Amino acid sequence: MMEACKKLRSSGIRIKDVFTPFPVHGLDHVIGLPRTRIAICAFIYGISGTCLATLMMWYMMVNDWPNDIGGKPNWTYYMAVPAFIPITFEATVFCAAHGMALTYLLRCWLVPGAKAKNPDPRSTDDKFLVYLELNDEQAKKAESILRENGVEEVNHKGTLHIEPAY
Amino acid sequence: MHAESEIREPLILGSKNYRQITDDIIAPIEGKASKGWYILLTFASLTFLWGIGSLAYTIGVGIGAWGSNNGVDWAWDITNFVWWIGIGHAGTLISAVLLLFRQKWRMAINRSAEAMTIFAVMCAAIFVTLHTGRPWLDYMLFPLPNQFGSLWPNFNSPLLWDVFAVSTYFTVSLVFWYIGLIPDFAMIRDRVIKPMQKKMYGLLSFGWGGSARHWSRFEEVSLVLAGLSTPLVFSVHSIVSFDFATSIVPGWHTTIFPPYFVSGAVFSGFAMVLTLMLVVRKVYKLEAYLTVKHVEYMNIVIIVTGSIVGVAYLTELFIAWYSGVEWEQYAFLNRATGPMAWSYWAMMTCNVLSPQLFWFKKIRTSILATFILSIVVNIGMWFERFVIIVTTLCRTYIPSTWNSYTPSFIDIGIFVGTIGMFGTFFLLFSRYFPVIAQAELKTILKMSGEAQKKASAAHNHSHVTTH
Repeated sequence: MMEACKKLRSSGIRIKDVFTPFPVHGLDHVIGLPRTRIAICAFIYGISGTCLATLMMWYMMVNDWPNDIGGKPNWTYYMAVPAFIPITFEATVFCAAHGMALTYLLRCWLVPGAKAKNPDPRSTDDKFLVYLELNDEQAKKAESILRENGVEEVNHKGTLHIEPAY
Repeated sequence: MHAESEIREPLILGSKNYRQITDDIIAPIEGKASKGWYILLTFASLTFLWGIGSLAYTIGVGIGAWGSNNGVDWAWDITNFVWWIGIGHAGTLISAVLLLFRQKWRMAINRSAEAMTIFAVMCAAIFVTLHTGRPWLDYMLFPLPNQFGSLWPNFNSPLLWDVFAVSTYFTVSLVFWYIGLIPDFAMIRDRVIKPMQKKMYGLLSFGWGGSARHWSRFEEVSLVLAGLSTPLVFSVHSIVSFDFATSIVPGWHTTIFPPYFVSGAVFSGFAMVLTLMLVVRKVYKLEAYLTVKHVEYMNIVIIVTGSIVGVAYLTELFIAWYSGVEWEQYAFLNRATGPMAWSYWAMMTCNVLSPQLFWFKKIRTSILATFILSIVVNIGMWFERFVIIVTTLCRTYIPSTWNSYTPSFIDIGIFVGTIGMFGTFFLLFSRYFPVIAQAELKTILKMSGEAQKKASAAHNHSHVTTH
């Protein structure tokens, strides 16, 4: 399938999407997907968590009602900062993980009740599906490339929809 | 596609293809449950009911229903809390740390190990919730505005760190687990025929389609979540150990506690994963995926962490003597020779001696021996927490507060009840959820499948002869 995708691309055919039962390494590069920026989001969420936790503890422990608990005063933030590190860390992880997970689910529109996104149910089992949107002329070219590369099945749907399986 | 050396043992036995993996994973969901499953479920849910009864009684009359007393004010509640949360650690270790190290053998076990984590943390949460005495006031643990003149929880206290650590750990593990489950639920949705099942798994699968763009995000999310969970899992048990280490009780006030607790947690967690896995592979006939090699790898982790635990015990003893602090010396003398010495020696035998048997390859690769030893290790790790908590609190600074401890019927009920709850949840999980992360497993089939490896080896040899 990788070969077929490479050839389709080099003959100027844009691959709309590929549906696979498992992550295929290097496929995103072959079909020309940009690298996901979701990790950058996670970093930003994480930093926000750090800031939020610091702000919260400063407000509660130092600003609002400072206490001297067991000989450990909280008159300024730096006095007690070692004790604040575990929660700062936990809040960072909490915000980064949940922020990223939510972004991922919403960005891919993976929500309860969403319609199955794969055009053919066999693509979650053992079939690999290349999804193309083409005009008639391109479609012929694409089909011949796919046939050469051992496609099992080509389906045309409305516009056109080609499906090789290995 | 990376090639893999022929010498490495295959991780998927027999000649499987993608379709067969699908069939094998979906078999327990599509088929009828076995008689054994119903018997186990009945047994587990009855014990769970006993637990619920004991729980309700405790809430009704207060924690006076427990064996805890003035001297031994932390007893089975905290012992069980630490035990359960420690068990949970192996799930995260397998799914996160082994992902970062690109260990392919994790793929067959991570799903059920993570499920184990989640259920174990739920069990742990029951004990801390009750331990507060008035569980209906537990919202006061969280930094909420309140009617006490805006008195906030004490952020200098390790007990509060625990609240944050455990809740972060639980929710992050849950999300990590679920994100991994989505593609597998989609596989089930596309396979099942019964309309009700199709609808349920359709809902659970969140509309997953396996598009290349989504897979690339999926992989990035898994990697980053693994990167976040790794320090998280170490932080959780470190913070649990701070509950003890930051106190001034002799035997607790030691700097060795965080690494000692973390390795103990991984040790007991792997033992629990083995106990469950050996049952699952038998009941659901997954011997081709959960191979003896997997068992051996996990037993090696048990030797390593078990030895770390052993070294930690000896270090503790040495430092107690070397410190010259009499309180500290007495605390350890009391553990080893005092009225509860039996529990100390049970711990030593189960945790230090028994895992060393795994140095023998015969034992390490024997299913029966592993099953027995995995249970022995879990008993040992329970005794470790019992020794640290109860034995220590029986003999603290002032002899007039010296005391003894016996658990009440209710104590036993809650503990056994949580095991029942854990069993019930795990049985339901293994029946209705994909017990193996099949999408991930399919990625290693070409490299680590037995038939595929043989084929590629034959192919390579033919090259050698022709050239």
